Amino acid sequence: MDKRVTFRGWLLPAALVLPQLAVTAVFFFYPAGQAVWQSLFIPDPFGLKSQFVGTGNFEFLLNDPFYRASFVTTAVFSSLVTLVSMGVALWLAVLADRLIKSSGTYRTLLIWPYAVAPAVAGVLWLFMFSTRVGLVAWYLGLLGYEWNHVLNGEEAMALVVIASSWGRISYNFLFFLAGLQAIPRSVIEAAAIDGARFWKRFWTIVFPLLSPTTFFLLVVNVVYAFFETFGVIHTITSGGPQQATTILVYKVYADGFVGQDQGSSAAQSVILLVVVGLLTIIQFKYIERKVHY
Amino acid sequence: MATITLDNVHKKFGDTEVIHGVSIEIAEGEFIVIVGPSGCGKSTLLRMVAGLETVTAGEVRIAGARVNETEPMDRDIAMVFQNYALYPHMSVFDNMAYGLKIARVPQPEIRDRVAAAAEMLQLEAFLNRKPRELSGGQRQRVAMGRAIVRKPKAFLFDEPLSNLDAKLRVQMRLEIKDLQKELGITSLYVTHDQVEAMTLADRMIVMNEGVAEQVGRPLDVYSNPGTEFVAGFIGSPATNFLSAEAVGESGRGAAKLGIRPEHARLCKPESGFVRGRMTYAEALGAETLLHLRLPDGALFTLRQDGGGSIPHEGDDCGIIWEERNQLLFLPDGGRL
Repeated sequence: MDKRVTFRGWLLPAALVLPQLAVTAVFFFYPAGQAVWQSLFIPDPFGLKSQFVGTGNFEFLLNDPFYRASFVTTAVFSSLVTLVSMGVALWLAVLADRLIKSSGTYRTLLIWPYAVAPAVAGVLWLFMFSTRVGLVAWYLGLLGYEWNHVLNGEEAMALVVIASSWGRISYNFLFFLAGLQAIPRSVIEAAAIDGARFWKRFWTIVFPLLSPTTFFLLVVNVVYAFFETFGVIHTITSGGPQQATTILVYKVYADGFVGQDQGSSAAQSVILLVVVGLLTIIQFKYIERKVHY
Repeated sequence: MATITLDNVHKKFGDTEVIHGVSIEIAEGEFIVIVGPSGCGKSTLLRMVAGLETVTAGEVRIAGARVNETEPMDRDIAMVFQNYALYPHMSVFDNMAYGLKIARVPQPEIRDRVAAAAEMLQLEAFLNRKPRELSGGQRQRVAMGRAIVRKPKAFLFDEPLSNLDAKLRVQMRLEIKDLQKELGITSLYVTHDQVEAMTLADRMIVMNEGVAEQVGRPLDVYSNPGTEFVAGFIGSPATNFLSAEAVGESGRGAAKLGIRPEHARLCKPESGFVRGRMTYAEALGAETLLHLRLPDGALFTLRQDGGGSIPHEGDDCGIIWEERNQLLFLPDGGRL
């Protein structure tokens, strides 16, 4: 039986898709179009008129050492966030999967951090690592390590990576656990009887069979690290020290709203859009081939 | 090749005991079938031998050595699962070679052994395919291949044919029997299908509710069932049970009388041990199954040659049998 609904006219179907189209148009196409348009102009200091410069904004950006540095920062930051949040989540999911008793409690507790908004998570971690009042910073001091992410760029990076990964671990954990539980028990048992011990089974059977989940999470987490970590960066480091944590999306904000260079900011959003689009295409084209569905 | 011994094996899940002490000595190269209805504990018993379930009490020995605490990978056994449990991301070759690779068998030997198994199972053409590109019967063969390349001490089969269609099941049954004979590896085979049990087993264990009701050679079990359950479970169509009183046999304490369909004959109504009204007949060609309604409402099945005359529906008939063929059972289900 054909389950698709057939309409006689075009009016009703058009009315049904209109809300979704309107939302997409207003909140996506319009701003994206605006960004592309704005990226071609340089407004004057008072915002009274703007001058058409063509690709001038882009040329300036690509020659700007700060902008290039931001690219590297973003690459480091998003790789670390993706790696940490997925790695820890997988580890926890494997443990939870082996658990027979009280796995429900364990699971519930692990999901909670996901409910915490990135900006709030940022503040929480900032408190713990605060140079003056932070508990963790104080204990590190007792151990002889002087923690100061306000001055030390690498420590700042570490802190924003931890804060960004933390809430994300819950999300990834849920997917990994579901993925693990979808693997037929008998396949694992067959591997055990074939002589494979736990880690051998994990790398030769479980991990390959989990690859659709892993791939999906990879794409989603990279996008997350590129965009949604703004709140964390803003609350913890504001991109500092010395731009050590200024990722591309933060620079869009900093240059546009703080520096009031709207042409450059718009050009940066366009570049960001293209970069994430390319990354996603690359992931689908090259990594998806290794996925076993 | 090895002996397997189950010594008063018990299994509890929480507070419920599902296996109430099963014992059997399996000789080298013997083919043992564990048969019983679903939920009787037969798969659990097999999984205990495999090491996939712990043993609550008693002892499992493979080649004379206690293996209760041994991990599955250290027991040197191979198992064929009902759903085949093939590794979906590996080719047929890799599926079969997996265990050998883990055992660090040298590459050329792996290739030879897989090739030999593939030839035996007619899988040569499929070595590069993934399991999802194979039919049910071929997948079953790959699962068998994975078991035989390792040359284990024992084969364990967990209802390996239940997912196949009827025709394929008959064919694979013969192939399994052939293979086992050729390789001479001790085998433990679980099934709910009594035809598989009868045809494959050197000896069979009939299980019911966690108890081994009878252990013996198929024909011995068939002709001399130890309990009412065994008499009813083994044989198709099933044994007819009559109350011993109705046939005047209650004298020695018997509660029920069992008579197999092929041992009963029709006769005139007045000369039969019991009367029955012809309800319907199933003419299968070589044989005919007659179903008669007894005065107490129960159905009685009788098997006769395809050439025999078939009474009309509604006719009153007598049913008679030779006394040596009747099986008498006590009220607790035991054999008199």
